[in-house]
Amino acid sequence: MGKAFAVVLTIITTVSVAIFVSRHWWFPEVASAHGGAMDHQFLETFVGAAIGFILAQLGLAAFAWKYGERKGETRPIRIFPGGAKWLVVLALVYVGSEIILLEFVGQKVWAAMYFTPPAADSLQVQVLAGQFAFYFRYPGPDGKFGPIHTGKIDETKGNFFGIDPSDPGSKDDIVTVELAVPVNKPVELLLNSKDMGHGFYVPEMRIQQDIVPGMEIPLHFTPTKIGKYDIACNQLCGLGHYTMRAFLEVMSEEDYQKWIVEQASLQ
Amino acid sequence: MSSSSDGPLTAATAHGGHDIPSWGGGSLPYAVPSKKLGMWLFIVSDAITFSAVIFAYGYLRLAAAAWPRPFGTPSIANATVMTFVLLSSSVAMVLAVRASSLGKVSGAVGWLVATALGGVVFDILHIREWLGLIGEGVRPFHNPWGTPMFGAAFFTMTGLHMLHVTIGVVYLLVIAVGFGRRKFSAADVEVSGLYWHFVDLVWMFIFPLVYLLSAKTA
Amino acid sequence: MAMEAQQHQHTAPTGFIRKYIFSLDHKVIGKQYYFLAIASVFLGMVLSWLVRIHLVWPNVHVWGLGALSPAGAPGGVISPEYYLSLLTIHGTLMVFFVLTTAPQAGFGNYALPIQIGAEDMAFPTLNMLSFWVTFLALCALVSTLFVEDGPPISGWTAYPPLSAVGSLAGPGQGMGQNLWAVSIALFCIGSLLGALNFITTTVDLRCKGMTLMRMPLTCWAWLITAILSLLSFAVLFAACVLLILDRNAGTSFFLPSGLLVNGQLQNHSGGSPLLWQHLFWFFGHPEVYIAIVPGFGVISHVLSVFSRKPVLGYKVIVTCLLAIGFLSFTVWGHHMFLSGMSPYSGFLFSIPTLIITIPATIVSLLWLGTVYGGKLRFTTCMMFALGFVSVFVTGGLGGMFLAQPSLDIFLHGTYFVVGHFHMVMGVAAIFGMFAGTYFWFPKMFGRMMNERLGKIHFWITFIGVYCIFMPMHFIGLEGMPRRYSSFVNDLMQPLMPVHKFMTIAALITGAAQFIFLFNLFWSMYKGPKAPENPWESTTLEWTVPSPPPFDNFGGKHPVVYHDAYEYGDVHNGKDYVMQTDPAGQPAKS
Repeated sequence: MGKAFAVVLTIITTVSVAIFVSRHWWFPEVASAHGGAMDHQFLETFVGAAIGFILAQLGLAAFAWKYGERKGETRPIRIFPGGAKWLVVLALVYVGSEIILLEFVGQKVWAAMYFTPPAADSLQVQVLAGQFAFYFRYPGPDGKFGPIHTGKIDETKGNFFGIDPSDPGSKDDIVTVELAVPVNKPVELLLNSKDMGHGFYVPEMRIQQDIVPGMEIPLHFTPTKIGKYDIACNQLCGLGHYTMRAFLEVMSEEDYQKWIVEQASLQ
Repeated sequence: MSSSSDGPLTAATAHGGHDIPSWGGGSLPYAVPSKKLGMWLFIVSDAITFSAVIFAYGYLRLAAAAWPRPFGTPSIANATVMTFVLLSSSVAMVLAVRASSLGKVSGAVGWLVATALGGVVFDILHIREWLGLIGEGVRPFHNPWGTPMFGAAFFTMTGLHMLHVTIGVVYLLVIAVGFGRRKFSAADVEVSGLYWHFVDLVWMFIFPLVYLLSAKTA
Repeated sequence: MAMEAQQHQHTAPTGFIRKYIFSLDHKVIGKQYYFLAIASVFLGMVLSWLVRIHLVWPNVHVWGLGALSPAGAPGGVISPEYYLSLLTIHGTLMVFFVLTTAPQAGFGNYALPIQIGAEDMAFPTLNMLSFWVTFLALCALVSTLFVEDGPPISGWTAYPPLSAVGSLAGPGQGMGQNLWAVSIALFCIGSLLGALNFITTTVDLRCKGMTLMRMPLTCWAWLITAILSLLSFAVLFAACVLLILDRNAGTSFFLPSGLLVNGQLQNHSGGSPLLWQHLFWFFGHPEVYIAIVPGFGVISHVLSVFSRKPVLGYKVIVTCLLAIGFLSFTVWGHHMFLSGMSPYSGFLFSIPTLIITIPATIVSLLWLGTVYGGKLRFTTCMMFALGFVSVFVTGGLGGMFLAQPSLDIFLHGTYFVVGHFHMVMGVAAIFGMFAGTYFWFPKMFGRMMNERLGKIHFWITFIGVYCIFMPMHFIGLEGMPRRYSSFVNDLMQPLMPVHKFMTIAALITGAAQFIFLFNLFWSMYKGPKAPENPWESTTLEWTVPSPPPFDNFGGKHPVVYHDAYEYGDVHNGKDYVMQTDPAGQPAKS
């Protein structure tokens, strides 16, 4: 039975590692400036974890293979060489080096996204999440957003954002159902929710942030690849949670200018 | 935890020469009576529940733009009297524990009843305070002065404490009757005293946090 | 409470009700908890089947479901919102009523007093009360399946505002969510009373010679888990009370101003949804260890017994368990890296999160070291113990990724997380429970379980869980979000075959659990009679008849002379020394 366990465990280990390494199922191709560093850090962690995984599983398999008791056997038991001490040292070295490597050297991504302010020339877009749609607001030529009045939201009249036209900052605001941004230009999103906790997740951009009602949470990134990407809500927000999505369209600078003019004319 | 665990180990091995290690079977290795330890553990967990509520209050109060400070001199005076009553009842409790340990049954019962009476007076004063505030329009979801969380926090924190006082009063009376009939021992009186002092101590946090921090500024 | 001292020196009750229903006997209460968990785990498993079926065959008619919930599953076809209901109840049942009850309250109640040489728990009446409060909590939770709106849809974490604004937020958020909150609050009370009882029993009722460092590691694990329960459920209790007030008294602890739900402007203002997350996860992370630490104890114990070796590094394991217990209170923020709290605190929380893997790694390596050079006896119990080590390592390594906030940006809320926590706390803890069942069954019911059925059960389960939960890691890397009832996202459609594979694996693995159930009940009545010490184990429960007499030791007071794990040195033809053996020499470990 021990030998069977060893064989099965070896197969499980090999297949699991092989599937990971084949990258058949892997991150979608990165499309943002900071994404590369994140992928790199994932790889580093993966190598460390894979070594631990293979050694532990194969060690367990080897011991199960080797040390099964046979009938009438009189061999004495063997204590692990060096006792518990060396295993403690091994754990400290293995995990300790991982911690130092990952925590203190490898947190550049987190720092770049959250500890540094967005570039001064960032395109600011406000996001309003609600059951079960996202809306986006561009500040218009004045560069200012008026306040959001949730009480004034009226979808029948097309006021998805709760804008009061008499607010000076709101006059030239452009509200859209799709998020379009120019490529290679930093973007700062200001995330708001009108009802539930929502999530803002674009896997290709390597960005994700919970949206919490009562807070405006900033999030910045720089898209580097033209294309159309899914924005998914990734925080359970109610019965239509799975339908809640929008598109992020990364355009060339010219296309974006055309698009924004067109959107402004639709207001 | 790990250092204390070494204690009995060495004690036991020291006695290992003869057959009887440091304690007899079934009695208490650390000489803590079970009921007392049980009550202490209850107090620890109950203190954490109160801490969580107080944490919630602090979290929201700090986040609020302005927190009402409606308590004028009459309210503060009333709360001070309540504090005094509760502290006095704790003194009575100490005397009850002392009398019970000396075997003075009628004395212990008397002091226990006095302690419970203190709790009842506290409750009455507190309910009067509640009714006053309700009369002024304070609700868990609304009040005349500002953020509705004021009422929510006030009623939740003081209500939770009042519930503890009320349960304490019943508990003390049960102990008093039982001790009078020799059904409960002096140890049971002592354990009930732990609970009462704890409830008293909680008030010493609630009083400044709820009342003094929301006293009217001149 | 005072009467308990007298009832403690009890004579066995004779009436059916006092003997089996409102029993004060820790052994009966332990079995009650165990069967409560068995009922919950099978219900939870069936719910997970429904969840998996809905994901890959959304239009299939499930027989009988239409009658149970005409609104949620008209004609037996699960609707998207009913999918969320099933998910919520699955999670709540499994985390609270299975992982928290069986390993701790079930096996702990049964075995702890015997293992430390006590006649019963310190407070038998309180013990009975904790079980019945837990039972009430289960009733409240299960009843949500039958109320008009159905069960809540907010997940087992019940994040507000979804959980706090009432039925406007969706079906099940009215009555269903209220019952959920009441159920959890009751469960907290039951767990607190139980924890208090466990700690007092362990501190006060050990028999002569049973020093702390002679206790079996199971007892250490139960003690540490009890401390974690005592400190963490108190917070969840407070959170539930505040949630109930928000829902029913109009307070706004978790609700900010200006919420527009379903077209209606809410009156609430002044609260914060993050407050709930802090309170919930302050409980929630220790809860993970409440689920798994008893498993650590059982596995350490069982590996030693069936390797015929002293457990390697007893003191180190105790220290590690204490370290894990302590650290578990400092890491709750890693559930909230992306919640909108200060990014600096996210960074800080990741440090203890990575540090806590050190004691966990040490313990795992010590298990390997215990197996090394032993004389392994591959009973079903041992197979599950070896399986535990494997799945725990696998699941634990996933934590290396999730502990880093910068990787969490991508992995948060994906199937990677689902795979990780199912492996490390779900499957591992369940393996611990299976190991415990196969180990203590002879003592609990006086008969042996069928080994052949046990082995079949093990193989299907072991291979099955890898087939279910390993692919979840893969699709998590693709960015597949969890809690989606279907995948409108075109990018996710190519992953459908993987989902089908997992669903089929789940159906087969789940079906194999009925082999276990059959084995359990069949052996209870038809299994061969168990000897006193079938596993040649050293601890106190194996010195008494199977099943033990009412007061455990038949009126005798056991005296302990030895450590818990003296295996390997052969004396008088035996390779083990009972803890109560006055003659045996201490092993050289």
